[in-house]
This record gives sequence, structure tokens and C-alpha cells, in this order.
Amino acid sequence: MAVATEQPIDPTLPASQPFGWHESEDINSQVNVGRIERWMSLIAGGALAAYAIKRRTPGSGMAALAAGELMYRGATGHCHLYQALGINHAAGHAFERGTGVIADRGSDTRRRLGGRRGIHVEESITINRPIAEVYRFWRNLENLPRFMRHLESVAQREEGISHWTAKGPAGTHVEWDARIINDVENKVIGWQSLDGSTVATAGSVNFSETAHGTAVRVHLQYNPPAGRLGSTIAWLLGEEPGLQIREDLRRFKALLETGEIPTTEGQASGRARSRR
Amino acid sequence: MKAVCWERTHRVAVEDVPDPSILNPRDAIVRITSTAICGSDLHLYNGFIPTMQAGDILGHEFMGEVVEVGTGVGNLQKGDRVIVPFPIACGRCFFCTHDLWSCCDNSNPNAALAEKVYGFSAAGLFGYSHMMGGYAGGQAQYARVPYADVGPFKVPDTLTDEQVLFLTDIFPTGYMAAENCDISGGETIAVWGCGPVGQFAIRSAFLLGAKQVIAIDTVPERLHMAAEGGAETLDSLQDEVFERLKEMTGGLGPDACIDAVGMEAHGANVDYWYDKAKTMTFMATDRASALRQAIHSCRKGGIVSVPGVYGGFVDKVPIGAAFNKGLTLRMGQTHVHKYLPRLLQHIEKGDIDPSFVVTHTVALDSAPEMYRTFRDKKDGCIKVVMKPH
Repeated sequence: MAVATEQPIDPTLPASQPFGWHESEDINSQVNVGRIERWMSLIAGGALAAYAIKRRTPGSGMAALAAGELMYRGATGHCHLYQALGINHAAGHAFERGTGVIADRGSDTRRRLGGRRGIHVEESITINRPIAEVYRFWRNLENLPRFMRHLESVAQREEGISHWTAKGPAGTHVEWDARIINDVENKVIGWQSLDGSTVATAGSVNFSETAHGTAVRVHLQYNPPAGRLGSTIAWLLGEEPGLQIREDLRRFKALLETGEIPTTEGQASGRARSRR
Repeated sequence: MKAVCWERTHRVAVEDVPDPSILNPRDAIVRITSTAICGSDLHLYNGFIPTMQAGDILGHEFMGEVVEVGTGVGNLQKGDRVIVPFPIACGRCFFCTHDLWSCCDNSNPNAALAEKVYGFSAAGLFGYSHMMGGYAGGQAQYARVPYADVGPFKVPDTLTDEQVLFLTDIFPTGYMAAENCDISGGETIAVWGCGPVGQFAIRSAFLLGAKQVIAIDTVPERLHMAAEGGAETLDSLQDEVFERLKEMTGGLGPDACIDAVGMEAHGANVDYWYDKAKTMTFMATDRASALRQAIHSCRKGGIVSVPGVYGGFVDKVPIGAAFNKGLTLRMGQTHVHKYLPRLLQHIEKGDIDPSFVVTHTVALDSAPEMYRTFRDKKDGCIKVVMKPH
């Protein structure tokens, strides 16, 4: 098992930061919600469920759903949104096994990304390469545009901060800055856009060893702002963002396993003559 | 260069197309000396395989001389004489490294298309529809070969093209079909379909130690060729196949049954017309009378091995017979790469001379006519080899 860094990657974190960076026991632990938060979730979820059951109005279905998520979160200590961000509010409690890492609460992503609104994607792929190699390739964020088609470039600035440029329609660009908020070698990388960025986005990638290689699980969330920029974000991820990320991961795998991305673009066919 | 292009169902044409070029570091370009029409090309010709586009270059059984290599190809040089396996395999993924070459995880650039139909995508194939990768095929003067450090297999100059060409597909396909029958010595194997794959399945079954091979077809010259290979033959238009198979096996049934026919089976039974009606009305895609008969005829605890190509859905598969008799079904595109060294050895030792199957040798320009002749089984046609230069 690899050793995680003991130092915060982001030196700007306030000294009062309640959670430090911790060595992880088990990357697969599903607990990523803090203890008090779990109790709050259970109580709120229970109340909401009771309300929904009692009312049985059309709106109570939604309430029941929300209640379900809250109770799930409370009972399991697992929050889907936190997972998307690679965030773990459970870390720091010695009795709980966590993924070990927490970002500063000052930029709590629950406010930034508004729950499950926006575009949320989760995709997995297994790569027949050692975990350290797979982790290293992704950790060098400048590699991402080599297989993520909607990205034009990622430039690493000072430690932990990167500048992302994505392709927009008709030659336009969308740019934002992001910070790595979670980084455990050979386990997880999580990032999120900086406050004040034009695009609110967050993502994480988890790495785990399997009998067939390295399993890579990616969570991505984009919260499209209103107006034209919002439609640009929607455009660049297409109608089926999941499908696009799936294709990205397929290229990632091909690049690592074979050193190239399979293609037929530019090959010979009888179309040039018969069609044009 | 000249290339055989699919234009639409029942129409292929020889066209002038641009020469292929290196697109990826591990590519090579091969100047093709011999290329064959495969029975599975007829599924494309007859419009049974979806996602073909007008202008697609056909062909997946080809060999020739390496004329250019990419920067990532260290084991080939200009002038090497190679055969090219029909599945395109990267050699590095979990499947390739476990000898499941036709299940390669990386070679299909259109994997998403195949996943929609099959759940997961198998390897890309040369000249076999966009769902299978959309790669230009080898019925042409030149071809681009991806992962050339893994696929192309060098062959000695002492053997003719016709002796080694079928290592690209039909010999390993027939061999894998026989190997899937778990032959350990003394078995009876029944083979439906005496086209080229069936012919190689018959001979491979004997190579692996089968005592008796029973070949089933309707075309006299194909049955004749099967008999020359040592098989006993049944004409399914005249013989009651199931009854005859029982008689010939002491009432037990064959130990294993090979369906070397695939999805365009012809037959005289009611189920043939049932399938025909269903496929014509788009309620099913494949006709499966050979598969049904193979399952029905197989002895209890036996194996049904399927080298014949299926693409979509079939109806009325006697799964109850398969289940209650405890049958094992084995199938799939051939893991050609796995078999090449041992099959080349068999050829070099003289155990088999694959050129026996060739009935027609023509120039590439004759392709449209030859597709028709082969499909209609006219003129004694069993295997067509074309010379592009």
C-alpha cells in the first residue's frame, strides 16, 4: 500500500482546518459523511419520510426521495455527492475507516454545486497496467486532454492549482481554474473549480487493484451557469455526458495499454470518389 | 490502388481508392499478393450484417509483403512476407494476454456501437462493418495493418501463398471449432456445412484424434471434398439427418456437433421457412436451422461448437434440449493468433496442405462476378483466391 502525503497539498488552507490529511486504511470504504452529520441526516430523513407517508400528496413523492437519500446518508455514512468529489467528511475519526482526506470546509461543495443538480457522471473502466502507472498518468493533469476530447489543455500552475481550457462551439473556449482537494497516491485524486470560476465543476478519480488490472472510477460534476455559458457547457459534454466520459476512459485505457488510440480516421475507402 | 468496395446489398465494385497510409505508430502497410473471399463476406454481401457503408473496402483474409512500418513496430521489416490474422488485436489488454485475441478490448474504435448490441465489444475486424471497427479490408492492392508488431505472422518462402493464406481465418477457425469439441481420441464429430470452414473443421477433427467425422451439406461437390478429407457424408436434402446420425453412432448421437453454417442456413425443413419469413419481415435477423439440428442431434453431455457466424437474434433455439441433455455450447470469433505457430507447423510437416480448398483463382477485377458465383455455389465454387497485382 502506498504512503499518502502527510502535508496538506494546498498551503492556503486555514490553520483552523478541522481535518488533516490522513493515511487511508481502505480505499473502498463507503463512509464519507461525518458522525454528527450522519445523525442529523437520519433525524431529518426520518422526519421527512414520516411527513411524506402521512401526506400522500403528489409532492410527497419528492419528499420521500429526499428523505430516502438523507436516511441512506445517515445510515450508511455515504453521500453520493461527496463521493463524486472524492470528499470524505468522516476522516479524522479514529474509529471510522475513511478514504482519509478532506478539503477545507470554507468552500463546501454542497453550496457550490447544489446537490445533484447539473451534470453528474460516474463511469468505470479496468486497465491492464500497474496501479502506480495509472495513477501517475492521471495525476499529471496535463495528460488529460490526450484522451478527454472536450478538453483543449490543462496547465499545472503552482502546487495543486491548474488552469483548464475546454472547447466551446464554433471555436470558442471555456476556461476555469481548479484545485486538487484530495490526493492519495495510487488511490484517489479529487479536484474542484476555484471560487469565482466561470464554471463550477468538481471531479474525482479512484484507483483500485483488481484481478484484471487497475479499476478506475471517475466522478465528474458540472454545474452549468445560467445563460450562454451554461449552454456551452451542455454543448461540450453533449447530449449524453456519460457516453462521452465513457469514450474518454476508453481512450485513456487504450493509451496506457497500447501506447496509442485506435482509429480509422484518414484510412482509404471508396467514399471519396462515390460520394463527393 | 484498386479495392473491392461494398456498395449496397448484393452489389460490390472494384474501385480506385487512395492508397492506405500509416495512421498510428504500431501500423504497417502490406502490399497484398493474395486475398480470399470468405463465406462470412457473403453475410455482408447479402445484407445480414448491419452498419456497412457504401464505399467500405471488404476482405479479411489477406497476405503479402510489408512495404512500410510505423515507428512503434520493431519486429517487422520491409520485404517480410506475412499473413495477417482477421481479428485486430492489441496484444496488451487482459483478453489478448489470456489468448482471447478476438475479444481484444482496444482494437474497435467504434466499441460503443457494438456495446449497444452485444453488451461489450469484441475485437475490431478487417473489412467487416463499422460496428466491428470500420477498418478497411484486404481485398485490395494494399492494406493498413494496425498493431503490426502483434498481428502479422511471418511465413517461410518455401510455402506458396495458397498453402499459408488460410492461416488468416478459415484454417484456424475450423481448427478452433474442432478443438472446442474436446477431442481426446476416438470421438465422432458431426459437421453441418461443408464450406471452407467445415472442410478445415473436418480435417482438424482428424488431426486432433477423432475416429469418425460425419459431414452434412446439400451441395454435391462440397460433400465430395468432405469425403476426400475422410468424412462420411449426409445430404440433408435427401437424408433424415437425425435418424441417420443415430444409426451411424450406434444410437448414441455424435459426441460433438459443429455448426459451420451460421446465420444464413438453408434447409428443407419447416423451420427454414419459419426463419425465412421472420427475417424477411424483420422479426428475426438470423436463420438458425443448422444450429437447431446440431443441438437436437448431439448426444447427452456432448458439445455443440459454433464457428458459423451469427450477428443478431434467432428464434426457437431448442434450449430445452440443450439443457436437459446437459450440452456445452462453445462459439466465437477465432483467436487466430493463438493457433498460428502450431498450424504453420502442421503445414510445414505436411500433415495438411490447405490449398486443397481453392477452386477459383482470379484477378481482383473479377470480384463482383466471383461474389455472385460463390454465393450461388455455381461452377463448383468453394474458395476464391484473388491476385490484386
